[in-house]
Amino acid sequence: MNNYPHNLLSIEKSSALRRGVQIRKAGKRAGEYLDGKFLRSKPPLLPSLSEFDTVRHFTNLSRLNFCLDTHFYPLGSCTMKYNPKAYDVLSGLDGFTSLHPYCPEDCAQGTLSLIYGLEEQLKQITGLAAFTLQPAAGAHGEFTGALIARAYHKDRKDFGRSEIVIPDTAHGTNPATAAMAGCKVVNIKSGPDGRVDLEELKKVLNPKTALVMLTIPNTVGLFEKDIKEIARLTHEAGALLYMDGANLNALIGLVKPADMGVDIMHINLHKTIATPHGGGGPGAGAVGVCGRLADFLPVPRVIYNGKKYKLETKSKKSIGKVKSFYGNMSVLIRAYCYLRQFDGATLKEVARGAVLNANYVRVKLAKYFPAYFDEVCMHECVLTIDKGVLPNAKTIDVAKMLLDMGFHAPTIYFPLIVPEAIMVEPTETENKQTLDKFISAMTSIFLEAGTNPEALHEAPKNCPVKRIDEVSAAREPNLRW
Amino acid sequence: MFISNTEKEKQEMLEAIGVKSIEDLFKDIDKSLLAENINLPAALTEGELAAEIKKKAALNKGLINFAGAGIYEHFIPAAVNAISSRGEFLTAYTPYQAEASQGTLQAIYEYQSCICALFDMDVSNASHYDGATALAEACGAAARIKNKNKILLSSALNPEYKQVLDTYFKAGEALKFEKAPLKEGVIDQAALKELLASGEYAAFVLSNPNFYGCLEEAQAISDIVHSAGALLIAQVNPISLGVLQTPGSYGADFAVAEGQCLGNAMNFGGPTLGIFTCKKEYVRYVPGRICGMAKDAAGKRAFVLTLQAREQHIRRERASSNICSNQALCALNAAVYLTLMGPLGMREVAEANIENAHILKDMLCSDGKYKLKFAGPFFNEFVLECPIPAAKIIKAAAKKGFLAGYDLGRVDKNLKNCLLICATETKTRKELEDFASFMRGI
Ligand SMILES: Cc1ncc(COP(=O)(O)O)c(C=O)c1O
Repeated sequence: MNNYPHNLLSIEKSSALRRGVQIRKAGKRAGEYLDGKFLRSKPPLLPSLSEFDTVRHFTNLSRLNFCLDTHFYPLGSCTMKYNPKAYDVLSGLDGFTSLHPYCPEDCAQGTLSLIYGLEEQLKQITGLAAFTLQPAAGAHGEFTGALIARAYHKDRKDFGRSEIVIPDTAHGTNPATAAMAGCKVVNIKSGPDGRVDLEELKKVLNPKTALVMLTIPNTVGLFEKDIKEIARLTHEAGALLYMDGANLNALIGLVKPADMGVDIMHINLHKTIATPHGGGGPGAGAVGVCGRLADFLPVPRVIYNGKKYKLETKSKKSIGKVKSFYGNMSVLIRAYCYLRQFDGATLKEVARGAVLNANYVRVKLAKYFPAYFDEVCMHECVLTIDKGVLPNAKTIDVAKMLLDMGFHAPTIYFPLIVPEAIMVEPTETENKQTLDKFISAMTSIFLEAGTNPEALHEAPKNCPVKRIDEVSAAREPNLRW
Repeated sequence: MFISNTEKEKQEMLEAIGVKSIEDLFKDIDKSLLAENINLPAALTEGELAAEIKKKAALNKGLINFAGAGIYEHFIPAAVNAISSRGEFLTAYTPYQAEASQGTLQAIYEYQSCICALFDMDVSNASHYDGATALAEACGAAARIKNKNKILLSSALNPEYKQVLDTYFKAGEALKFEKAPLKEGVIDQAALKELLASGEYAAFVLSNPNFYGCLEEAQAISDIVHSAGALLIAQVNPISLGVLQTPGSYGADFAVAEGQCLGNAMNFGGPTLGIFTCKKEYVRYVPGRICGMAKDAAGKRAFVLTLQAREQHIRRERASSNICSNQALCALNAAVYLTLMGPLGMREVAEANIENAHILKDMLCSDGKYKLKFAGPFFNEFVLECPIPAAKIIKAAAKKGFLAGYDLGRVDKNLKNCLLICATETKTRKELEDFASFMRGI
């Protein structure tokens, strides 16, 4: 038996009429103000717990989680870098949190100046001309970018552009985004070196191409060496180049995406810019565009007239709004704070540190779990299982073994072109000692997989639960009490 | 900042890798692309940063708030933030490794359960971006279910939501939105019936309470919609459901909401919480994460992300939505809030909203200067017709420390003298009186 707290549901701990909060009671019941037909007929099946019960319940739930604060969390493509604590406090200041979005601009000058300031920081980092901070996540930013591209082509009376070119290494959100934007997805096969194959690209570019959507560095952790040529070909075909910025941590401070020919990009602030991911969100998917696309950004835009910050709601060409209001403010304030703690020289060390750590892991594990593309990588390395050496081993088992050894697992089975993919992104905030421990854990898993592959199959043994039967969970879904 | 390795360690690592310098690791990047130092101002220490940010926070001016219009001020028990700011929740990623994420997963399951209970709906997802984007997803789903590309909207739908719908579908699935007219601030049922008779619409979007704060005859509307063969999508206020009739009870096929009001601060309009629910027959159309209860290898209860065959990482361009990251921490806040409130607390908070709003309405309408624009019943928000433009009142009020409400002239010139006013449970009797006396004075 492990000593993890028992996982009773809150509703199972409930006792009728027990209460967790005291609200000043109304003098009259709802029925005295409103006709009975507007009222619910029975109370909702919510738990009745005391405040103390509730705190203990959720605190004990929290103990069942691995998190960045407690564990090495090398989840590839997710950039699980340290989330500085100061920003939690600062973004939570009452002056920010108690602001209503429809308060007069004069009363929101502090918040508006931070939105403006963050846009300025991101413009410097990317070389792009303008940003919106409205999108709530990376995928939401992709969608915003795709809509901007479509609006731009339409505005030029170039009506036939409805295809988006996406390499087979792309994250699932890329093709899903293209479909949501009403575009046809044109997949291209990567070349033998894991990068865009220029010949394949040339074959598919045509007068219907709206956008070429690339992740740079790509999801196998490699830089597109031919990016300038890719951009040239894309532009020559009349299309725009979109950069999925999920992997910006490899380049931040070193390469400005605009210099590569990128027209539109999103930045996952919850990855590169160190804001916490919250167990799934909220994030922020800031979208930057080059000058000729600035008019198409969502409204409102924050503008500054030298004295005051204002919200500009009118813009003829704008795609409109992808979300109500202005964005996930507490995330944006944290991102501003992070970038305020760097200058041009120190920012480069972020990317350098990330790339150094990833290559260290790659080289040290080369004998056991070789990189699928055997070359210097960027901020993450995508490893695989050498089936010649370990014919029966599976990535899922390696991942679950890691959990037992006190490490969060890397991203697995992504990108799809790598068999048994193990995508390790250590980030710059981890130190060598931690990496060495991870390397030695992976090494021992390798050895065990050779001698006792069954044991791997039984992992995890030391987690709050054993391996979960996902198939029957999906077959007979139980989605609520 | 925050780079852990020392110079010595970096050197050792470079040696292990077999390169001389870190630059050697960037050899794939064309030299011409390597930028000069980015132009950023001098870096701040944590202490300096804190001073700067506190100054910024002080530049915002807190007002006694009578605005709602989609974002609401409610009391948030301290326990909510105490729990969601725990690193175990705050610094975890999406629970991809279920065995190492049971805390997040069970919290999502409980969130889904609380939301389904509050809404009387069968299924809830793990959260969406906000109310408006959740509504957009519901419209897209309804169009696919009915294989029709027209959606009928209440004319009293929040204008921010309408803007988001327009943006989402202008280029994409090319849905067409049309508006059903109002009578006295609520849906004109005869007109609705007539419009739906064409059979062209996949769904009708009901807002209840609607943007003007008015309660709709939801059951009658639902009957009209369903007998015309369309789906009903309800957009509701979760706090109101402490006492008001639920979307499930009147047969909504989809029900969506902005869940900020459940334990999340106003924060200038974000982070928000998109609540997405539906009847169980539509579960395959749900966007994004869903958590299910399962069993582990030893037969013990466990939780896991499920029905993933809908999602982008499996389905790619055929996914129900492109959503990946959602608003999990806001959903956690909502789960903790609903657990603290319980059925009793939810009823009490909803009743306190009704009472405060009605008291304020009576105070404001006592001397004939102001009129209630629409006579029907309301929850915590109502439209006040003023003798002067609402924008002027808002400006004058801000000087006295009040946010007087939302200027309806922003969206409809005919309503430029109309103020949408909200009074939640946070308002004391004295605040209501002070505001009413300010209003009498202008
Ligand atoms: C390469 C890539 N693109 C896009 C996304 C989507 O970002 P988000 O989860 O913020 O929507 C991710 C996140 O996992 C990613 O790794």
